[in-house]
Amino acid sequence: MKPGQFAYHAPQTVQEAVAMLAEVASQEGRVLAGGQSLVPAMALRLALPAHLVDINGVAELGRLAAEAGELAIGACVRHARFERPVVDGPLGRLLSNVVRHIAHYPIRTRGTFCGSLANADPASEWCLVAATLGATMVAKSVRGTRTIAATDFFQGMMATALEPDELLVEARLPIFSPNTRFGFYEFNRRAGDFAIVMALAVYRIEHGVIVDPRVGVGGVEGHPRRIAAAEQALAGRAPASEVFRAAADAAAKTIQPIDSKPELAGYKHEVTRTAVRRALEAAEKS
Amino acid sequence: MDAAKSGPGAAEKFVGRSVPRLEDLPLVTGRGRFAASIAFPHQLHMRVVRSNHAHGKIILIDASRALAAPGCVAVWTAADVTAIPPIEFRPTHIQGLEPYRQPVLARDFVRYVGEPVAVVFAEDSYQAEDAADLVVVEIEELPVLLSASQPPGEFEPGRDTEPAVIRKKYGDLDGAFRAAHAVVELDLSIGRHSGVPLETRGVVARYDTTRDVLELHGGTKRPHPNRDLLARMLGRSPASVHLYECHIGGGFGVRGEIYPEDVLVCAAALRLGRPVKWIEDRRENLMACNHSRQQRHRIRAAIDAEGRILGMDDEFFHDQGAYVRTHGARVPDMTAGMLPGPYRMPAFRVVGHFRLTNKTPAATYRGPGRYESTFVCERLLDAIAAKVGIDRVEVRRRNLIAKAEMPYTRPLDVLDTGMVLDSGDYAGMLDKVLARIGWNELQRQIKRRKAAGEAVGAGLAFFVEKSGLGPVDGVRVTVDATGTVEVLTGAASVGQGVETVIAQICADALGVDYRRVRVVHGRTDRIDFGFGAHAARVTVMTGSATHIAALKVRAKAIEIAASDFMEATADALDIVDGRIVRRNRTDGPSVTLAQIASALSPAAAIAKGREPGLSADGWFHTDHMTYPYGAHVAVVNVDRETGGVKVERYLAAYDVGVAVNPMLVEGQIVGSMVQGLGGALYEEFLYDESGTPLCVTFADYMQPTAHEVPHVDVLITEDAPSPLNPLGLKGAGESGITAVGAAIASAIDDAIGMPGAVTQLPVTPQRLREILNRAR
Amino acid sequence: MSDNKTDVILKVNGKEYAIRVEPRRTLADALRDQCGLTGTNSGCEHGVCGSCTVIVDGDPVRSCLMFAVQVQGRQIRTIEGLADGDKLHPLQRAFIEHHGLQCGFCTPGFLMLAASVLEREPDINDEDLVEVLSSNLCRCTGYQNIIKAVRAAAAEMRAR
Repeated sequence: MKPGQFAYHAPQTVQEAVAMLAEVASQEGRVLAGGQSLVPAMALRLALPAHLVDINGVAELGRLAAEAGELAIGACVRHARFERPVVDGPLGRLLSNVVRHIAHYPIRTRGTFCGSLANADPASEWCLVAATLGATMVAKSVRGTRTIAATDFFQGMMATALEPDELLVEARLPIFSPNTRFGFYEFNRRAGDFAIVMALAVYRIEHGVIVDPRVGVGGVEGHPRRIAAAEQALAGRAPASEVFRAAADAAAKTIQPIDSKPELAGYKHEVTRTAVRRALEAAEKS
Repeated sequence: MDAAKSGPGAAEKFVGRSVPRLEDLPLVTGRGRFAASIAFPHQLHMRVVRSNHAHGKIILIDASRALAAPGCVAVWTAADVTAIPPIEFRPTHIQGLEPYRQPVLARDFVRYVGEPVAVVFAEDSYQAEDAADLVVVEIEELPVLLSASQPPGEFEPGRDTEPAVIRKKYGDLDGAFRAAHAVVELDLSIGRHSGVPLETRGVVARYDTTRDVLELHGGTKRPHPNRDLLARMLGRSPASVHLYECHIGGGFGVRGEIYPEDVLVCAAALRLGRPVKWIEDRRENLMACNHSRQQRHRIRAAIDAEGRILGMDDEFFHDQGAYVRTHGARVPDMTAGMLPGPYRMPAFRVVGHFRLTNKTPAATYRGPGRYESTFVCERLLDAIAAKVGIDRVEVRRRNLIAKAEMPYTRPLDVLDTGMVLDSGDYAGMLDKVLARIGWNELQRQIKRRKAAGEAVGAGLAFFVEKSGLGPVDGVRVTVDATGTVEVLTGAASVGQGVETVIAQICADALGVDYRRVRVVHGRTDRIDFGFGAHAARVTVMTGSATHIAALKVRAKAIEIAASDFMEATADALDIVDGRIVRRNRTDGPSVTLAQIASALSPAAAIAKGREPGLSADGWFHTDHMTYPYGAHVAVVNVDRETGGVKVERYLAAYDVGVAVNPMLVEGQIVGSMVQGLGGALYEEFLYDESGTPLCVTFADYMQPTAHEVPHVDVLITEDAPSPLNPLGLKGAGESGITAVGAAIASAIDDAIGMPGAVTQLPVTPQRLREILNRAR
Repeated sequence: MSDNKTDVILKVNGKEYAIRVEPRRTLADALRDQCGLTGTNSGCEHGVCGSCTVIVDGDPVRSCLMFAVQVQGRQIRTIEGLADGDKLHPLQRAFIEHHGLQCGFCTPGFLMLAASVLEREPDINDEDLVEVLSSNLCRCTGYQNIIKAVRAAAAEMRAR
């Protein structure tokens, strides 16, 4: 399982990187960041890029900073950075909670947050986080910079809004207020596997009722997304098990599983209900 | 490590002690030499082009672009190897299997995705893969057959896909069913899975022109029989083919059989005049290395009102995959013969359909036939308990063969020999297991936890294993002039600790420290006859032969010491740590084994009219296999909503006859238990409707990690030494896997409160949810 | 040159290796074939089994998922560098003492994984340690003795 041949480029700045991408994108050029998803695909020869643009040498892409109410995560920030909270408050704790579910320790020393987003695996935890929290993605090319909202960014299984010559340089997550609650639940057969189903619930309690609910589900559809029907079932209501159940039922009804076999689709509906309910229960305890 | 001495100055004993392994130092320091590390100058790398279709007619193979690729030296198809016959299987009484053998390269037809269609030879492994990707293979698709329980299809014109039907029976089955108080019927399936060692297959072949010897490096498991088969296939004398074992990354039954690739590297080394190296990648391994286990059983038992079995009637369908490989029909034969397990069975009939499908061919995997038969038999016992309303322990008590009935002859042939359970205290084992797990207290805990809403349960399974496959084994024990002892064996090592266990046995018999004993294995050029490592045979067969040979060397040394060196008769002498001493004066005058060996150097020996060399051959013969046995208890926690299963506790008990090295036996039990766990919950080779394999990476073929494994409590008993060999040994290589599927299934039934719910392995979350949904 | 190869200097176990490889040559293959350091094994080539684990600048990484050209200037440690001459590392001794290996194929990967984690976090708690050890696959031992061995070595390393 040896990769096919490719030409290797190692830019030192973002400018160089996008210039190289502009040249090679049309010739099957790909960005190499952590490599924990791309290199296995190359080993299986499912991906045969003729060019690799290795961005690991671009120092500015290692930036991780809280600014203007957002956490800016540069393209080369590795999963492992999040193992200890990178910012005070619920967001830092949420990321630290979720990262433990991502693959295994040695993968997390190399794999990157933005790499997961660009790869857009339906069962990627960071994609669920980005979709649920309404992350903003910043893409650069020789044509300039643009920001892409999460709802536009994830387009389907392994598909994003990025153009072939665009480099995802940064993702920005909103920093929650200190009274924000969150709960994450993932089900898989073995620790570290891609999720069979996962859910992320975020809300605040104000005057005894849920405000600003966000409920995201991943692993079951082409890409993780917020489930409006579940959020509607929560908004303005006091947290209680019947309310959580109603939200979970709404989510289970709404999702459209990508598994082709009917019997598996039924299972996905069932475990979505469980995942959403358990995420909400975890949020209530947080 | 305390010295177990029987008296002041007595020889230190090693058998029965958990001494550290002799094998370990190179392996922990990065000096392991597995096949991929072998590199000969000017070697070529072989890469196999494999079929992408499960069944079809080969229309054309175009290698022109491959031949033009950088570094590519040659490309072969079936037309280039017409002189090489299809791969044989072991001798058997079962007729009709020959037409179903696999050719080394597909001829006219492809029958499974992964079947070798062509081979490419190139200067390095990267280039070989590039060139292989350029070979064009056109296949005209034919209908695929993916189920062995559907009627057979066409293998080739005039021949269907059922090479054989295994039939065994004894007793009055019809009478049993007529007299029955009740009949229990089950339809059970075991999923397709296999050994999947962490090292993929790989071998390197080299032809030495100076000696006219074809060398194959990396061979294992059955070096001598493999050598003989290769020699026959290539038209060479066995003496001109040498197999060399290096470090081996696990066998589990699937490594070390002759596969097409082994023959092709040898043929290529001969024809191309350069060493040829082939290292399989993981994707290939999962679709081309032997699969195993997949069977479907429709079983019924006639029982009396107390739950005793009057008769068992089983029909099963064995999914062999596309061809009959080197094991012939041994796996279904063992399934059939071992089905009654440890239970009394007055009447019995089994019909085993040995059927081909368009999947990777299957063969033996640790505990072959027995993982399957134990799952079936133990599910049956649980069902009988439910039917008559007794508990799962009591139903076993009522049916287990009693110690007083041993040796117990079953009127059955398995692998062409009669089946005699040599020794065993099954009821005693059951008692020990229940005591060890604290069964009654466990039941109380489970009841409390269930009342609190948890789906937690316990399962129990009993099993009988086979070990010590004979009929014979021989070694030569030699002491050299430095006092180093060499045990020359025809055994093989797949990582299980052969060198240590054999050294321990030799050390005790001879009177030396085990660290002075070097064990040679896996070399066909150093010993004429060998039978390898499989069927849990090495400790029993090679160990017994070693014991016999070492005792002969001991006697020889003492005799010469008595006559030439010590003023004593032979019976007054002992050997302690390599020194021959007087029994009552162990710190008195002595002579070393080294000195005796020197005294037997050729000139000195011949001068005294003796045979040179302090050495002796030892042969051990047995007509029957030994039958170790054991029981497992599993405690599981089921998440009813997701169908997830967590194994909270596990007890694996095994009677090994005599444990040469308890730490190593425990290692075999735990390691094999975890493989069994894989088959119970995680591992399965799945195919889509076109016969394309879906589990070709470690992301899809799921093996347990440390996270999934409970602490395994191991109980090794030595209650029933085998009467069939001098040390009472039984093998442990297949000791922990056999009953895992059954124990986990039983525990899951208990946890969800649905006896008989689990009828299929592996129990995936989706399948468990389906079971729970059906109950509503 | 027409062969797409490039000169790379790998710093492994404190020694420099000047090699000439295509960009696609993985670090695992470069260590084994170009540097002759065959202790690191290749079990799957797609980053799941962990047999190929080496330490790069203190991090445990899967060497089958990196290209040799990527690690110029980094400090690489492999199994061959774990012992101090003839003096075995506590992990190596513990694996022998506790029968933490059978065939030995996964062993270098586990040793380097454990070594890097224990160097980083000598006080790692037991649950986290088992989580880390669940990163790698073993097919022979069933993990029990690997965990035992690593626990024992961790205790010894902490006591120093």
